[in-house]
Amino acid sequence: MRVSFTVNGRPQEADDVWEGESLLYVLRERLGLPGAKNACEQGECGSCTVRLDGVPVCSCLVAAGQVEGREVVTVEGLAEYAKQRSCGTGARGTSLDEAKQWAAKGQDSHTGEGTELSPVQQAFIDAGAVQCGFCTPGLLVAADEMLERNPNPTDADIREALSGNLCRCTGYEKIMDAVRLAAARQGEAV
Amino acid sequence: MSSPTPGFAREGGAPLGAPLGTPTKITQGSQTKGGIGESTLRPDGTLKVTGEFAYSSDMWHEDMLWGHILRSTVAHAEIVSIDTSEALATPGVHAVMTYDDLPAEVRKYGLEIRDTPVLAHGKVRHHGEPVAIVAADHPETARRAAAKIKVEYRELPVITDEASATAPDATLIHQARDDNHFGHVPHPNIVHRQPIIRGDVSAARERADVVVRGEYTFGMQDQAFLGPESGLAVPDEDGGVHLYIATQWLHADLRQIAPVLGLPESKVRMTLSGVGGAFGGREDLSMQIHACLLALRTGKPVKIVYNRFESFFGHVHRHPAKLSYEHGATRDGRLTHITCRIVLDGGAYASTTAAVVGNAASLSVGPYVVDDVDIEAIGLYTNNPPCGAMRGFGAVQACFAYEAQMDKVAKELGMDPVEFRQLNAMEQGTVMPTGQPVDSPAPVAELLRRVKAMPMPPERQWESSEGADVRQLPGGLSNTTHGEGVVRGVGYAVGIKNVGFSEGFDDYSTARVRMEVVGGEPVATVHTAMAEVGQGGVTVHAQIARTELGVAQVTIHPANTQVGSAGSTSASRQTYVTGGAVRNSCELVREKVLEIGRRRFGSYHPAWATAELLLEGGKVVTDGGEVLADLADVLEDEAVEVEAEWRHRPTEPFDLRTGQGFGHVQYSFAAHRAVVEVDTELGLVKVIELACAQDVGKALNPLSVIGQIQGGTTQGLGMAVMEEIIVDPKTAKVKNPSFTDYLIPTILDTPTIPVDVLELADDHAPYGLRGVGEAPTLSSTPAVLAAIRNATGLELNRTPVRPEHLTGT
Repeated sequence: MRVSFTVNGRPQEADDVWEGESLLYVLRERLGLPGAKNACEQGECGSCTVRLDGVPVCSCLVAAGQVEGREVVTVEGLAEYAKQRSCGTGARGTSLDEAKQWAAKGQDSHTGEGTELSPVQQAFIDAGAVQCGFCTPGLLVAADEMLERNPNPTDADIREALSGNLCRCTGYEKIMDAVRLAAARQGEAV
Repeated sequence: MSSPTPGFAREGGAPLGAPLGTPTKITQGSQTKGGIGESTLRPDGTLKVTGEFAYSSDMWHEDMLWGHILRSTVAHAEIVSIDTSEALATPGVHAVMTYDDLPAEVRKYGLEIRDTPVLAHGKVRHHGEPVAIVAADHPETARRAAAKIKVEYRELPVITDEASATAPDATLIHQARDDNHFGHVPHPNIVHRQPIIRGDVSAARERADVVVRGEYTFGMQDQAFLGPESGLAVPDEDGGVHLYIATQWLHADLRQIAPVLGLPESKVRMTLSGVGGAFGGREDLSMQIHACLLALRTGKPVKIVYNRFESFFGHVHRHPAKLSYEHGATRDGRLTHITCRIVLDGGAYASTTAAVVGNAASLSVGPYVVDDVDIEAIGLYTNNPPCGAMRGFGAVQACFAYEAQMDKVAKELGMDPVEFRQLNAMEQGTVMPTGQPVDSPAPVAELLRRVKAMPMPPERQWESSEGADVRQLPGGLSNTTHGEGVVRGVGYAVGIKNVGFSEGFDDYSTARVRMEVVGGEPVATVHTAMAEVGQGGVTVHAQIARTELGVAQVTIHPANTQVGSAGSTSASRQTYVTGGAVRNSCELVREKVLEIGRRRFGSYHPAWATAELLLEGGKVVTDGGEVLADLADVLEDEAVEVEAEWRHRPTEPFDLRTGQGFGHVQYSFAAHRAVVEVDTELGLVKVIELACAQDVGKALNPLSVIGQIQGGTTQGLGMAVMEEIIVDPKTAKVKNPSFTDYLIPTILDTPTIPVDVLELADDHAPYGLRGVGEAPTLSSTPAVLAAIRNATGLELNRTPVRPEHLTGT
């Protein structure tokens, strides 16, 4: 079947989709958007979290056909999405000049240098919330959505909002730091 | 006298105590920004937060096929027949392979012992063993085709524990063993046995005023890294294959893969792709050979990605263990002796069981002074899932038991459990049960002091004017209590872990470092085969290059097999060993650069010949700070490149009869204090806080060090109250291979983790550093158990603790 929907603000069509395919599979394997991750494919880990008409969902549990005509935001579109929401200038974390001194420069390892980030993406880098990074895209989408709803979350609010996202590397402390940091920077920006 | 403060980073920790040891010496200057000791940010951070970082499961290739593995549905059986005809006839299927289709004489692999069949031959020895592989044009087609393969099994009795493994009439898991442990084991179903005998336990027991015995059970833990096993094999035009893979050690994979493919190692190219965590679970091969076989058979690129169910069958787990201990002490609180017997279940294939046995034995008494010991550790072959490496590697199981024993002895003596530990704590100069002296700082008593001195979390945090916040109570949002039946407990534990590969292993690493001028700026390129699995090795390599070469710009080359081996990303060893190799190669590059400088400019300034020269801020400077030349002028268009191996000091095997030997490279120490609240009516545990103090020698990247400590602590918490692979003792089948049934800590289960980091230099190690990754995983579990015992008064001799253990129902 053919599925037509909007991904990160752009209309997309996926052809030859088998009825059993998930939204996650279509994003990753048919649309070239591997940002949403496939850690459990049973809705337990949150690594595949995307927003479907604004609501965070596990894209592994959404049948591709269900997204016909709807809007999806993935981690690849998070910076642009956050920018449009705030009409601001994007990241407020480590200045690009500062970050450049630390970033590995690559002729053959490309590092994403110069990429514009959303506040929550920048905060994850700055706070050390990224280790292996496999849980990171899902956590970013979930954290960004929480901060949109609740700009001044308590620690208990953060834990509740992110309780569907497993991380095996960090022990979550730096993730808490990152979300607090993003909230604080967001507050300063207003 | 005042001296530099060794602690650098405290997050809510106690006031710093008296400085210990020596401050770290840095060979090069520390003027360059972004060098060692700074919390520089990950070079891969931006790619990881934008979703662009290419993990092994993200690989894609034109014309790519999908591989799938058919696994045994029973644990122990003869294979009567395999019928692949229906699978082969399925539209979209390109290949189906079984044992008979393997291309080479070599049809087994293994990290230490080559005992693991690539595909089952005549027999399966554990639930989930690979039997056949399929390649098809869609992953679901491959799955469905695999399901059409008919395998007829004739089931055999299962061996699941020591009694059934060593019974006189026990079936041998492996016939005709010829490995190097076979000669000294008491039974062919025992992989390895390591005794350690030192002093005279019988005489020491006479001196004991109290003797405490305990039997302990440690469940089977899973690494549960989030990125499933996956990779892409692309056939090369020369008949070889290029594998893009998530692993912990490229060259160890290569050594096992090439012979099975019937290819020379030069025709198997390997490139590390993004690795979604490891924790030991990627030391053994998973889908590597299967993907290569299918790619070479079909002539097309083949991608294999496990789902979570398959991942639970696709890698080894942490050895479950039975541990029996006897501790003796005098009335004034001195340990007289320790005896112990540790039985580790290695499952159906050896993996790293022998090394885990060596670790469990040599670290079995913990970080304490005790001269008289009688220790035995064995590793079994059974029909349970194969077990091998996981963070902590044999030391974790022992720590759980010896720390429970230390609490028991303290209680028997009426002593404070922390004071009792401090009284018996080892220090620099203490001799291990193996006879090896601990020849660098061992601040065991100090770590306990620090973790105890941290402020306690307030009581009844969940209470507010609006009633109880259930999110902070045991049971959480399940709303099972508003504080009724909830009691608090506090527990302590400390552990000792070895760093690096032990027992005489040639544990070297290789680094290629290049320096050249690009766009007028000096740039260093660091190329190693180190597997970055999330730990931040790439960050540290860039920091080392900046410190040693005085450049701002460092390129980290992708890890592959085009450079020499970096050894494994395990055993807390990569910053030590590959970090050491990078530093060494940088030093060699520096010397060459200075030689060029002397050649070009030596006649202009006498300091070129007489002064100690450093590279700093892109310049050659004297140790007095005088600038002699810009690196850009020294190098011009010349590139300096060095590839060199680097080794830490050698170790030696443990004697097979007495266990004596200089077996370990380095020791690392961490201590925890756990505060828990337990709903005693429902048996639910909420860990309120898990504080840690650890000595790291030198924190090359403080942010990453704390991240390692907090992550390791949390895996220990999981082992204390949540995580266990349940294997049915009647069938040896795994009952909970999913994240629905195998629970790892969520952000709601994980408490605040204040960390206090000590930096006492180990003079044997680069920059004085001490491997960080594993030690916090050891003491976390027993600290939580001690806290639950403290809250409930229960004995609790197994981990993880489940609600029924607390309610007795």
